[in-house]
Amino acid sequence: MKKKVWIFVFLTILIFLPLISGEFFVNLASQVLIFAVFAASINLLLGYGGLATLGHASYLGVAAYCSALLSLKLGLAHWATAPLALAGTTAMAALFGLIALRASGLGFLMLTLALSQVLWGTAYRWVGLTDGDNGLRGLTRPAPFGINLDDARAFYWFTLAVCAVSIWLMARFVDSPFGAALKGARDQPRRMSALGYDVWLVRWITFVYAGFWGAVAGLLFVYYHKYIHPISLSLTNSAEGLLAVIAGGSGTLAGPIAGAAIVMVLKNYVSSYIERWNMLLGFVFVLIVVFMPEGVVPGAKRIYLRCRQRFTSRT
Amino acid sequence: MQFWAQTLNSLALGGLLFLLAAGFSLIFGLMRIANLTHGALFMVGAYLGATLLKVVPSLWLAALLSGVAVAAFGGLLERFILRKLGGNVLGQVLVTLGIAYILADLCLVVWGGDPIPIPTPPLLQQPLRVAGFMFPAYRLAVVVVALAAAIGLFFLIEKTRLGAMIRAGVDDMEMARAVGIPVSRLFTVVFCLGAGLAGAGGVIGGPILSAYPGLDADMLPLALIVVILGGVGSLVGAFAGSFITGFVYTFGVALFPQLAYVVLFLPMIVVIAFRPRGLFGKFPA
Repeated sequence: MKKKVWIFVFLTILIFLPLISGEFFVNLASQVLIFAVFAASINLLLGYGGLATLGHASYLGVAAYCSALLSLKLGLAHWATAPLALAGTTAMAALFGLIALRASGLGFLMLTLALSQVLWGTAYRWVGLTDGDNGLRGLTRPAPFGINLDDARAFYWFTLAVCAVSIWLMARFVDSPFGAALKGARDQPRRMSALGYDVWLVRWITFVYAGFWGAVAGLLFVYYHKYIHPISLSLTNSAEGLLAVIAGGSGTLAGPIAGAAIVMVLKNYVSSYIERWNMLLGFVFVLIVVFMPEGVVPGAKRIYLRCRQRFTSRT
Repeated sequence: MQFWAQTLNSLALGGLLFLLAAGFSLIFGLMRIANLTHGALFMVGAYLGATLLKVVPSLWLAALLSGVAVAAFGGLLERFILRKLGGNVLGQVLVTLGIAYILADLCLVVWGGDPIPIPTPPLLQQPLRVAGFMFPAYRLAVVVVALAAAIGLFFLIEKTRLGAMIRAGVDDMEMARAVGIPVSRLFTVVFCLGAGLAGAGGVIGGPILSAYPGLDADMLPLALIVVILGGVGSLVGAFAGSFITGFVYTFGVALFPQLAYVVLFLPMIVVIAFRPRGLFGKFPA
């Protein structure tokens, strides 16, 4: 019950945020929300499935490229490109899942990395289709129900709505009996298969589901930037997503959101003072893994509980 | 003619990939971690070599020195960071990824964004004539060096006491510890060896690839594909995987330039579908 109150308060603050802050912060908040959807989809695999992926940018990038190419090359409208891009990307996730889930553990990590690097290299080199390093420009934002999303605030509310629904559906997925089976497959794969669960199938379904939400993040991403470049498919993007999950706390609902905020604020805010974003990213990675491996949200919770314990024992 | 030239190019790329992937595979086999700094170590090696060549006269000497320097760095990395995270495999891999980013950005700071060419040794600049065909001599030399490295590594692993200890660690680490093999020290040795090979490989590949920002991101997936193809922890697997990947990549670029990366990963899919542990691997990754 208490959790619901917190979520309600948090959502209310987010809804009223654009009324009190300037356009820069509204745009930053939109980016955080988009990245939160992306990080939450990685969290499905890493936090609940125990599958570390370094190729999740594939789904974000491919959905963005699909949407862009369908509108630029075929002249399709947004109501057609969005479902086609989502369906195409999810189908790709289904295929990649067949390959990557032949292995688990580090084999899975290497396969996802190799697959995503293939897409990245192709996006760079297939100049005829993707225009290579120039990226695709001249894209537009959709106008659902005639609302013009080119306004920063309107786009923010649109993103917030999509983000809230996405994260709610992912939380439902994790809390369902299927989610319990997924966590079981993470902790005790052998026992789960002895109990009659098809561990591979549980993982594959999760992989496809996570790919779908990665694609949703990709659509939001391309709507926000109105531009797409191969860098969205790169290892850096996957690594930033993974970092957000680990920094926030994998296997928690709030973790990826907090992590996405940390990574995006660092990337947008700090990197306007320091030029070396990649180096900073590397240092943050090393520091978090070495000193706060559990993530910010569980770490903060632990400190909070310890303080409360000390307080109650004193009285 | 075109075919034979491409074949030689494939062999040369295969040789370079072997220098890169042999260490990656050994590190993976022994320590069970994917060292994602490997591409960055290759790039650092190439840049160091380009700088060293201004001081030392010979490319091979530069490769040796650069290899030693990168090996020393690898040893420090293993000893002071990775060891702290013993048992936390995911943490170790993520730290190597973080270090890779730091190294890549440091290279950008130190050597700038423009590609730095590494000159071919003067002796090997003349093409070699065989049966009326002209072959670039340097690429032949790369193949010879890679073969020599392969034979040397093979002897090291199969015929020496150190190699026997490494093999024991790869097969069953706990048993190896129990019989008194200093596995932790082996970790450092193997990590140094792998890093050094990558660093030297960067210099030896220099005249073909040159040193440029993004070399790490180009080489790392190739190393991954080699190791997934050949099987982790297997020297023979790394050897076979390197040359298969060299051929597929070179001919892929020549025949389907825009889809070279897609062609590259076809053999990997076939191997993963039918033999997940790779061609010569003893255990699945």
